[in-house]
Amino acid sequence: MFGLDKKDKSLLAIVAILTLLAPFILNPFPTDSAMAQFNAGYPDLMQRFVIFGIFAVGFNILFGLTGYLSFGHAAFLGVGSYSAVWMFKLLSYNIIPAIILAVIIAGLFSLLIGFVSLRRSGIYFSILTLAFAQMSFALAYSVLSNPKFNLTNGETGLQVYNDDPQILQGANAPDLPHLFGLSMRSTYTMEIGPWAFDFNAGYYVCAVIMMVAFYLAIRIFRSPFGMMLRAVKSNQQRMNYTGLNTRPYTLAAFVISGMYAGLAGGLMAAMDPLAGAERMQWTASGEVVLMTILGGAGTLIGPVLGAGFIKYFENIFSKINDNVLHGWFAFLPDGLEDFVVTIIHPFVGKGWHLTLGLMFMMVVIFLPGGLVEGGQRLAAWVRGKRNKGKDKTTGKTEPAE
Amino acid sequence: MGILEVKGVNKRFGGLQALGDVNLSVAENTVHAIIGPNGAGKSTLLNCLVGKLIPDTGSVMFDGQSVLGRAPYEINQMGISRVFQTPEIFGDLTVMENMMIPCFAKRDGAFELNAMPSVGSQKDIIERAESVLEDMNMADKRHMHSASLSRGDKRRLEIGMCLSQEPRLLLLDEPTAGMARADTNNTIDLLKQIKDERDITIAIIEHDMHVVFSLAERITVLAQGTPLVEDTPENIKGHPKVREAYLGESA
Ligand SMILES: Nc1ncnc2c1ncn2[C@@H]1O[C@H](COP(=O)(O)OP(=O)(O)O)[C@@H](O)[C@H]1O
Ligand SMILES: [Mg+2]
Repeated sequence: MFGLDKKDKSLLAIVAILTLLAPFILNPFPTDSAMAQFNAGYPDLMQRFVIFGIFAVGFNILFGLTGYLSFGHAAFLGVGSYSAVWMFKLLSYNIIPAIILAVIIAGLFSLLIGFVSLRRSGIYFSILTLAFAQMSFALAYSVLSNPKFNLTNGETGLQVYNDDPQILQGANAPDLPHLFGLSMRSTYTMEIGPWAFDFNAGYYVCAVIMMVAFYLAIRIFRSPFGMMLRAVKSNQQRMNYTGLNTRPYTLAAFVISGMYAGLAGGLMAAMDPLAGAERMQWTASGEVVLMTILGGAGTLIGPVLGAGFIKYFENIFSKINDNVLHGWFAFLPDGLEDFVVTIIHPFVGKGWHLTLGLMFMMVVIFLPGGLVEGGQRLAAWVRGKRNKGKDKTTGKTEPAE
Repeated sequence: MGILEVKGVNKRFGGLQALGDVNLSVAENTVHAIIGPNGAGKSTLLNCLVGKLIPDTGSVMFDGQSVLGRAPYEINQMGISRVFQTPEIFGDLTVMENMMIPCFAKRDGAFELNAMPSVGSQKDIIERAESVLEDMNMADKRHMHSASLSRGDKRRLEIGMCLSQEPRLLLLDEPTAGMARADTNNTIDLLKQIKDERDITIAIIEHDMHVVFSLAERITVLAQGTPLVEDTPENIKGHPKVREAYLGESA
């Protein structure tokens, strides 16, 4: 089934189970407990986990397979968001046309940028993509927002107003993004004892789309096309002298990853019908690079892990302020308590970037394969230990599997 | 008419005349060696045949068609495969994957968006790649990372990759340069076997006389960018001009 081998099928199954059960998994602490602030199972954040997961999975098809490092992918994300909001303004709040247009426009836009940028490789390619993305940001922020021709609504951001046409919006359809009437904001909260779990419609829409996106990525990785992309990364010279034209291969990978970015941008707008230029800024492009490298570039699950990790940090670590710290260390004598809080202070709250930066450095230096390599080493270590334990108890060596 | 016809080729690098009026004809199904001292212009000539360099003047015809102005991948699709001075393989891929890529290029052409079927479902490609690995005596190494092969095996793999495409002309640039004696002999044996078993034309650039005389049927001697003589190996050995320009130097 699905045209996958056994290993990939179990990977897909694990991802499916984790995403579907995320409302439970991410909310392990009772609502009233002191640890509740580490709960990540609220709709907003869960949506971001999977949306950025899609973004990173697509980015990895370009970067992980071909080695071409784009510093401009946020431009496609932004274009996707703008397209989706325009669909809300013109047609209706139904998210399907919005998401479809987001993917198509991002695809066309990446075809244009990729066509030009891929004339160079290495650092020059990266710089070209960065330049294009910053140009797009400038266009969205000011140029394409003037009274005569207002495509982006500049600083305020593009949103839906009451006097917008919305020609297909039914009389009693929700006044917010919806899927054939099911509002993206509708949430069912299940309370079990002191615990509360949120099941949000928007999250499940994103989760299902992410699973489809992830499944397609597996297929691409295992296909002849995916093998050609790895060959591009390995040795372009050999490819050229083997009768293969590398340019359309890299361009196809670029456009596919641009479409993934557009899909992510469209979903973002579908969860919150607003598109701003800051979504296209270079920091946003850099973020997806970090996610992919942190998780493990060129691996299937790595980018998803990286995206989850960074979004968790951004949203959870950034909320730990001095009050919370004082609460934790209240048991210490006064002077010592202040001292400890002062030491930790720069690394939490607004300083979460510092912690993230340090972790990123550690991963790049000690685990070049990212979190996935960390997991593999851990698994190998545990397996080694278990085998040793077995040797001791049975007193004889087991044949290797 | 040879399968490869080079006429009046000139190539300058700034003030240096790397190739001066080169004429060369390689007959079909022969092994033709191009020898000459270091800096004679052998690699430059070869680069002009495969689209890496474009000669300033002159023509290069392969099987009656001009190769000039075509990209390397187009020239390969015409039936010319090239082996590099240092083996160029896909170091990050396994031996089997290395072998499958040229098979895909042969079957699907220069580009094919084949993104949904799995590699494992491409039975014809797998069969073809496996049989070439068999021929190369490398079947047992199919799962190895190709970067971890020995120098001789990398060369063997690269030659196999070229042969899997069934080229009509195989170009080799100093295929044994920097190799240990055992690897060199290994490569000579492989090339001999290829020459005996297949309908293929081979043009080989070589510095090592041992390799040249054990393989070539025709030899062209290049000195300072211009062919000095072209003859059979026996006649080349005794040729005074050659001794002066080349053999004398290495003796
Ligand atoms: N790309 C280049 N730019 C400038 N000079 C070059 C270039 N390639 C080769 N040459 C010069 O052309 C001459 C012939 O070089 P080459 O064809 O590599 O010789 P061979 O392969 O016979 O040793 C040498 O003097 C070399 O320095
Ligand atoms: Mg040379």
